[in-house]
Amino acid sequence: MIYNIPYIAVVALILIGLYAVIFKRNLIKIVIGITLIESGVNLFLITLAYRQDSIAPIYHGEISRLMSLPVPHALTLTSIVIGVAVLALMLSLVIHIYRHYGTLDARKIGREEE
Amino acid sequence: MSGMSKIVKTISSITFPFVTIYGLYVIAHGHLTPGGGFQGGAVVASGCAMILVAYGSVWTMGKIKEKHLSVLESFGAIGFIGLAFLGLIFGTMFFKNFLVGNDFLFGEIGKGLSNISTAGALPLMNFAVGLKVIAGLFGIVLVMAYTTKAKGGKIE
Amino acid sequence: MNLETIITHSPALIVAVPLLGAFLTPLVGKINDKLRNVFVILTVGLTTFFVFLLANDIFSSGNIRTYVFGGGTPITDGGFAIRILFEVDGLNAFMAIIASILALACVIYSWAFMKENTGLDKYYTLILLMVAGMFGMILTGDMFNFFVFLEITSISSCVLIAFWTNKGKAVDAGFKYIVISATGALFILFAIAILYSQYNALNMAFLANSIQYTFLDKIALVLLIAGLAMKAGIVPMHMWLPDAYGRAPSSVTLILVGATQVSLYGVLRMTFTLYGSQLTIPLKQIGDTSITMNGLLGITLIALALITILVGVLMALKQTDFKRLIAFAAVGEIGYIVLAIGAGLTAMGTSYGNMAFRGGIFHIINDALDVGLLFLVAGAIYYATKQTSLNQMGGLSRNMKYTTVFFLIGLLAVAGMPPMNGFASKLLIYQSTYQVNPIIAIVAILCSILLLAVFVKVFHSAFLGPKLPKFKDVKDVPKSMLLAMGIIACFIIFFGLFPEFVVNNLVKPAADAIINNTNYITTVIGGAVP
Repeated sequence: MIYNIPYIAVVALILIGLYAVIFKRNLIKIVIGITLIESGVNLFLITLAYRQDSIAPIYHGEISRLMSLPVPHALTLTSIVIGVAVLALMLSLVIHIYRHYGTLDARKIGREEE
Repeated sequence: MSGMSKIVKTISSITFPFVTIYGLYVIAHGHLTPGGGFQGGAVVASGCAMILVAYGSVWTMGKIKEKHLSVLESFGAIGFIGLAFLGLIFGTMFFKNFLVGNDFLFGEIGKGLSNISTAGALPLMNFAVGLKVIAGLFGIVLVMAYTTKAKGGKIE
Repeated sequence: MNLETIITHSPALIVAVPLLGAFLTPLVGKINDKLRNVFVILTVGLTTFFVFLLANDIFSSGNIRTYVFGGGTPITDGGFAIRILFEVDGLNAFMAIIASILALACVIYSWAFMKENTGLDKYYTLILLMVAGMFGMILTGDMFNFFVFLEITSISSCVLIAFWTNKGKAVDAGFKYIVISATGALFILFAIAILYSQYNALNMAFLANSIQYTFLDKIALVLLIAGLAMKAGIVPMHMWLPDAYGRAPSSVTLILVGATQVSLYGVLRMTFTLYGSQLTIPLKQIGDTSITMNGLLGITLIALALITILVGVLMALKQTDFKRLIAFAAVGEIGYIVLAIGAGLTAMGTSYGNMAFRGGIFHIINDALDVGLLFLVAGAIYYATKQTSLNQMGGLSRNMKYTTVFFLIGLLAVAGMPPMNGFASKLLIYQSTYQVNPIIAIVAILCSILLLAVFVKVFHSAFLGPKLPKFKDVKDVPKSMLLAMGIIACFIIFFGLFPEFVVNNLVKPAADAIINNTNYITTVIGGAVP
């Protein structure tokens, strides 16, 4: 059971994130929802890398103990880098939207006639 | 965003070099220890962001333009891809690590496992990525802070 | 450096040249604006040259080429190098041709179309980044690499959609797009993580070889298809598409069409290459009939496709905005591709199943060209008159002769009239779906006729009629825009006049790559299981 807690956390994070993306009307909350999904996926990758009683995969000269997998760490890092870019982009779009409409309510934006 | 009190300004001026040095250390040792171009670059960029918060975006924008930052960022990316192309020219394949196995680049720096020239072209790629991340992240934060500077309680 | 060396390295160069060009563009732009435009066109032209060289080699020899980044020998004997791997077979080469044609037309069109905008350095950088991302998605043979290029494509295309930031709706469309595509990409990453957790590999060929079809694999398949369908704009995940297509600058829309098709390619690659060997295994036996995976998946896709076609065509009927109307027609056209794929899946292994695949793949290139041409025409009209609403237009054929001709070509092609290319591929789709179920074919034909009606209405209201006084001074668009439309129109007419040639030489290798994935696997793994 104790080993399943990270997976439960992953599912909980992704579901909360999806809930926020689908049902929330505030744009900032939608952005938060996407970062929550991303954290869930990253946590999943990190959990995959862990082996019981393993140490960080840094080469010390002689390998004395089991090491956790380095590949998912690299994947997570790439995912975080991409996440930063997406987050910055979404926030800058939100800034632009707020300037145009003066609101962050998804119901009130993009409805004007051209 | 306008500047903060004198105490904050002084403290952030004092800590800024340490943050920067630590970030550069993470970049330089990226191929030996955890870290690398992105992580070190993020540390340096957050140091710059600290200055930005302490002194205000208008003052910072007066010191450094985001135009120059984007040129720096371009140079970082060109360096990274250029190194990959050099692998094609001097080696056999794109992204080939053409410098591995010889130490004419750094010579012997450090002994044994901490020898910095063990990874061939990887440190150079880390420098390129680090440059790009410093310029890119700081540019993003700077532009966001500058465009949303509060004026009478409302975003301009 | 001889030709063979260039072909060997071209999979890497196709991605690397636009990537390098993207970051050189702002520096070149500091010198001169014209020089920058020439530089960008040369970069894309060079990439197109590499693409055609590579595609020619792939199609004439029938080989599958692999390219290992960083070179290096395999770690184990008889194994494969555990590195990022590019793998090019018929399907990849086919998609790369589409992307290169669209990219070339886009940069030529942008010269005049975007002339009056500021921030063009960034615009061209993003265009080149998006082109590089598309080629990366097409050529890669590594799951995680696919995800990275997908994100590069979606980030750059999102910024391009919102490029006219002074229009609130454009920014709104960009935000919608980034929310959908970020969520879809995270689904894909989650699926990749599930696959990695079971097989400890990210290489597509290795995964395809060792896939077991466990419960987790099914979840991963659903996540992959859902994530990619979000990006491809299949109903019910289509709501970003009309906004994004309608609000973006026309040159950007052209490339966005390409990006959508590349996502469809992702669906094909994931379903048929990764899970290809397990698709026909029965899931459950009820009485005499056994439910197989391909039947189930095929029926689901057919149902989704029919809804997509209906929604696209019916919504197109009531639009008054020119670009939004074309965008809904584009949704319908995507439905036809998915319909063909679904029909092929249900009838996997039969001759008409193969025909359905051929029709679907042929329709990918036709859809990209037809819809792309229509968007370019819409952009040309916007450039000349600054109008997007159909109610405000009229009598434009008197002032814009060439544009009218191009619109007629696009209209006939998109509605599937002979002798244009749309007819050839739609005929293949009708024939094969008729074998699956006649009703599907009838609905498809009816919707195609409706599409013709929609565009005839547009033609009438925008181009025919008396000359409006407010359009007295309207002139035809500059030469670079006409050239870009001309390139695409030439391809449309060529494909329409010689469909046999195209089907045999381009489409058949691509369809064979879908149907049979053993070649793909053995090229990488070399028969030996490491």
